[in-house]
Amino acid sequence: MVTKQLDITKEHCPMTFVKTKIELSRLQPGDLLEVLLTEGEPLENVPRSATEQGFRVLEIIHVKDDIHKITIEK
Amino acid sequence: MNTSEKKKLSIISFSGDFDKLVAAFTLASGSAAVNYEVNIFFTFWGLNAIKKKKGRSFTGKGALARIFGFLMGGVNNVPLSRLNFLGASPGLMTFLMRKRNVATLKELIEASIALNVNLYACEMSMHILGMTKDDFIPEIKSVIGVANFLQYSEGGDRIFI
Repeated sequence: MVTKQLDITKEHCPMTFVKTKIELSRLQPGDLLEVLLTEGEPLENVPRSATEQGFRVLEIIHVKDDIHKITIEK
Repeated sequence: MNTSEKKKLSIISFSGDFDKLVAAFTLASGSAAVNYEVNIFFTFWGLNAIKKKKGRSFTGKGALARIFGFLMGGVNNVPLSRLNFLGASPGLMTFLMRKRNVATLKELIEASIALNVNLYACEMSMHILGMTKDDFIPEIKSVIGVANFLQYSEGGDRIFI
């Protein structure tokens, strides 16, 4: 099992969930992707689109200020 | 992965303007990222976005077609639909996009390709300009007409940009 990190705190729509999807497509089932993202559009849409596509959002942790870390299992 | 039936978005990319191509590829990559099946049908000026030669070059067959090919250019020459300032604006807009951390047209095209967006070229426009499939980037899935486009886009949303 592999755990990869992705920082999309500087990205905007649609690259927030585009980069997440591209990174997920490179992983094997069971691998984890930790995504650093900001509040607002990314925090609302990235976990939701991951769940809709059948991935599991394991946790969402507040890191600091408006930055959160979500862990997605492929 | 969820294997339930996919939603579908089909874009007719007609204009070939920088800003409208940004809109088309933003919608395409964003929709593909949330698991839509996405088709883009490039027709007329839209073909400039998918030419293999990204700058100005005499592509096509026949003198007139080659002049048109040169004047139209490739994806590096596409004009802004408004305030083009003799071709200076797309470069300025790309500079602003980079500065503000917004994906550039090049990045949006690359993302769309990485997410397996289906790219199709219009057969009729290709013939008018004396071009062949070899004049387009290899990611072009095939050269199709209206009947195929209707078939591929059936059951989904169709938009014209």
